[in-house]
Amino acid sequence: MTELSINGVKKTHDGDPAMPLLWFIRDEVGLTGTKFGCGIAQCGACTVHLDGNPIRACVTPVAAAAGKNVVTIENAVTDKVGAAVQASWRKLDVVQCGYCQSGQMMSAVALLARNKTPNDEDIDAAMSGNVCRCATYVRIRAAIHDAAKALA
Amino acid sequence: MGIMKRFAGQTTKQDDGSTRAPLINVSRRGFLQGGGGLALGICFGPVACTSEKAAVSAADIAPFVPNAFLRIGADNSVTVIAKFLEMGQGTFTGLATLAAEELDADWAQVSVEGAPADAKKYANSLLGAQGTGGSTAMADAHLQMRNAGASARAMLVAAAAEQWKVPAGEITVSKGVIRHAASRKEASFGQFAESAAKQPVPAAEAIKLKEPKDFMLIGSTATPRKDSKAKTDGTAIFTQDVQLPGMLVAVLAHAPKWGATIKSVDETAARAVAGVVDVIRVDAVPGTTRAAVAVLAKNTWVAKQGRDALVIEWDEAAAFTKGSAEIFREFKALAGKPGTVAATRGDAAAALKKPAKAIEAVYEFPYLSHAPMEPLNCVVDLKADSCTIWNGEQFHTIDQQVSAGILGLKPEQVTIKQVYAGGSFGRRASSKSDFIVEATSLAKAARAKGVEAPIKMVWMREDDIRGGYYRPAFVHAIKAGLDRDGKVTGWQSRLAGQSIAKGTPLEQFMVHDGVDHTSVEGVSDTRYAIDNLQVELHTVDYPLPVLWWRSVGHTHSAYAMETMIDELAHAAGKDPVAFRRTLLEKQPRHLKVLELAAEKSGWGTPLPEVAGKKRGRGIAVHESFNTFVAEVAEVSIDADGQLKVDRVVCAVDCGLAINPDVVRAQMEGGIGYGLAAILKSEITFDKGAVVQSNFADYQPLRLNEMPVIEVHIVPSAEKPTGVGEPGTPVVGPAVANAVFAAVGKRIRKLPFGNQLSA
Repeated sequence: MTELSINGVKKTHDGDPAMPLLWFIRDEVGLTGTKFGCGIAQCGACTVHLDGNPIRACVTPVAAAAGKNVVTIENAVTDKVGAAVQASWRKLDVVQCGYCQSGQMMSAVALLARNKTPNDEDIDAAMSGNVCRCATYVRIRAAIHDAAKALA
Repeated sequence: MGIMKRFAGQTTKQDDGSTRAPLINVSRRGFLQGGGGLALGICFGPVACTSEKAAVSAADIAPFVPNAFLRIGADNSVTVIAKFLEMGQGTFTGLATLAAEELDADWAQVSVEGAPADAKKYANSLLGAQGTGGSTAMADAHLQMRNAGASARAMLVAAAAEQWKVPAGEITVSKGVIRHAASRKEASFGQFAESAAKQPVPAAEAIKLKEPKDFMLIGSTATPRKDSKAKTDGTAIFTQDVQLPGMLVAVLAHAPKWGATIKSVDETAARAVAGVVDVIRVDAVPGTTRAAVAVLAKNTWVAKQGRDALVIEWDEAAAFTKGSAEIFREFKALAGKPGTVAATRGDAAAALKKPAKAIEAVYEFPYLSHAPMEPLNCVVDLKADSCTIWNGEQFHTIDQQVSAGILGLKPEQVTIKQVYAGGSFGRRASSKSDFIVEATSLAKAARAKGVEAPIKMVWMREDDIRGGYYRPAFVHAIKAGLDRDGKVTGWQSRLAGQSIAKGTPLEQFMVHDGVDHTSVEGVSDTRYAIDNLQVELHTVDYPLPVLWWRSVGHTHSAYAMETMIDELAHAAGKDPVAFRRTLLEKQPRHLKVLELAAEKSGWGTPLPEVAGKKRGRGIAVHESFNTFVAEVAEVSIDADGQLKVDRVVCAVDCGLAINPDVVRAQMEGGIGYGLAAILKSEITFDKGAVVQSNFADYQPLRLNEMPVIEVHIVPSAEKPTGVGEPGTPVVGPAVANAVFAAVGKRIRKLPFGNQLSA
């Protein structure tokens, strides 16, 4: 039995403790904003925050989140940084197919939470693990700068 | 369960991302924003005008459905029914813009939902079936959607005229408000939804569309994407997100080679995984699907664990067993010999006998996977005499027909629910409905074993990368000649590769005189003024399924054409822009984008120097899907041969740009998608097995590799053409030509990989 919080709500998992957090969030809790893209931490579509740190939920066992709080896209956009990221994403119409964007935004929120004025190199370092096959990267970069400005 | 409520909302999907009772949410928004006059309390009409009252009663009133493309609710919601799939290209937004323009709706009151499969109502006139592809959505539907909006507007106005007892000609409509100025009456659409439904549908010839000068939405930036909200709060529903009561998840073990069959399966270990419900054998449909064994379980992880525990012996006696080296040896040998003639102008053979200068080059293009972010999947709920399929549906009526055939049902017994697709780039427009065939075959086999639950088939990324339906590999062998003045005297292209259409139901429409046009497009129909041109094709029959991949034949033809033109320009001692200008003298739209890209990029001015790096600028111009694109790439190459594409300046002529920001986004994305392919991506084979498996070895483009992109749209009143694909094929040759300008090396084998450091 693993106890953890998802978006501040207590949850328990009594199945395979090695099951990646991704499938617990999606299939058991029923929050589908967090996406499956590769299963091997190569694309970042599954990015969530574990006690504030961005992690790839597809390779993080549920057991590793025991006693911790997991924040997903559904909840991340409710805090100040998350709301700013979401507003910039919408203002610049970043999305295309949209499938990777939850993960992109979760990485962006984590970046802005620890670095209020990221430069392009900081953005490269924080965001290059998140793949977007629609290649919305030009707008992702612009939206992060825009959100930083809004938060300043 | 929250997820079910959300999904219930999805069936009447709201693009505002509302998760339940969407009508109520839209109603509130409609009254606050759409019917602005009402919210301000300025209500002169006789109709109930408090939002409270209207909102409460709205649900009881049947919506106004003037045609197959619109539904106007008494709650003042305007729902556009999209016959095309939204897979990222902004199609929903484009269709909504067209209808809302003529309807004079307020953008905020408009939402979009996907249409069901219905060949009569929703066929794509350019594809001959209901489907999305070939960058055709705006080209096909621009008048249809505008007419739909204009017709609905006329009925609303007629209803208002009748009730207000004023001439219809005196009524105006603006931003969702119907007004009669003289009598100071005004109303929202919702207030007349019920009575408009009783008005006669105007005859086609009575519908008058707006003059372009009167456009409020078309061509403006006042139309933010309709899918932006739901895709930035986690509520957008993709096939992967569909959850149904009692649903099981299926993960499959696919045959490692095309043509392999199942010799034996040991299910013991798989069945021992807690939560595994059943193991289902899904035999291959030859030429369409690979043999597979599916594990059904209560969730995806358990199904995958079960799948991984299967012990399967494959019979590879009839399997495809070639390796990439052998494949390209065969293609190159073929391209060295005369093939089926695809195009002839003048006499290329004679012209190439004794040119002043001759250039010969052989280009190699690998197989490519589409690799959309959402791995393929499909949800099937099969009952005794009906079936419901949830899918990011790109070929509605074909998939409906094919799945009905598999299931022994009539097409009308198969309902397809269209949800968002997490990318496609052509993959979900399967010419053989392959993954739909697999999902329905699996559902049928499961039901025969007593499994009655709905099944979500989920491909792992490895299934996707190894799952075929690739951009076909191609070899182009080109011979071209110049005369003493640097004029192109003759051009011969010999191509070898697989046909996308051959062996599919589309063959009869797409293959003529032994030539699949998608194999040679961009070469056989080149607009360059080359008097002596010969294009020949060798269609290779391999059992590997191949498919359209964002911009189809142009993915390889534009590269071969535009890098060879660049070589010829240099051989002729001419500037690449000036050289193209001469060859495109009679092609005004090509010329316009060529000149615009050159001008905006600073063509002819020196590039700023960067210490330790060699820099270069290259240009390419290409027409695809009736859209004209020119791109100038700037690159830097360091001493180790590391290439960085710094900037791409793009000029596009797509006729009337319905949503200029979507056009810009599609050029940006198309360039990024094309860059990944030319720099990094390839599918290779080792004894018939695909070598790559996931994003670790099938390399996508990442953010740090994305160039700065500038997009310039040619102002145009020509009819709109597509933008999903045409940005993609141009970037490869632009970059290759820039590399030549920087370091003098021609790259003719894709991807670039580490060829610059070798």
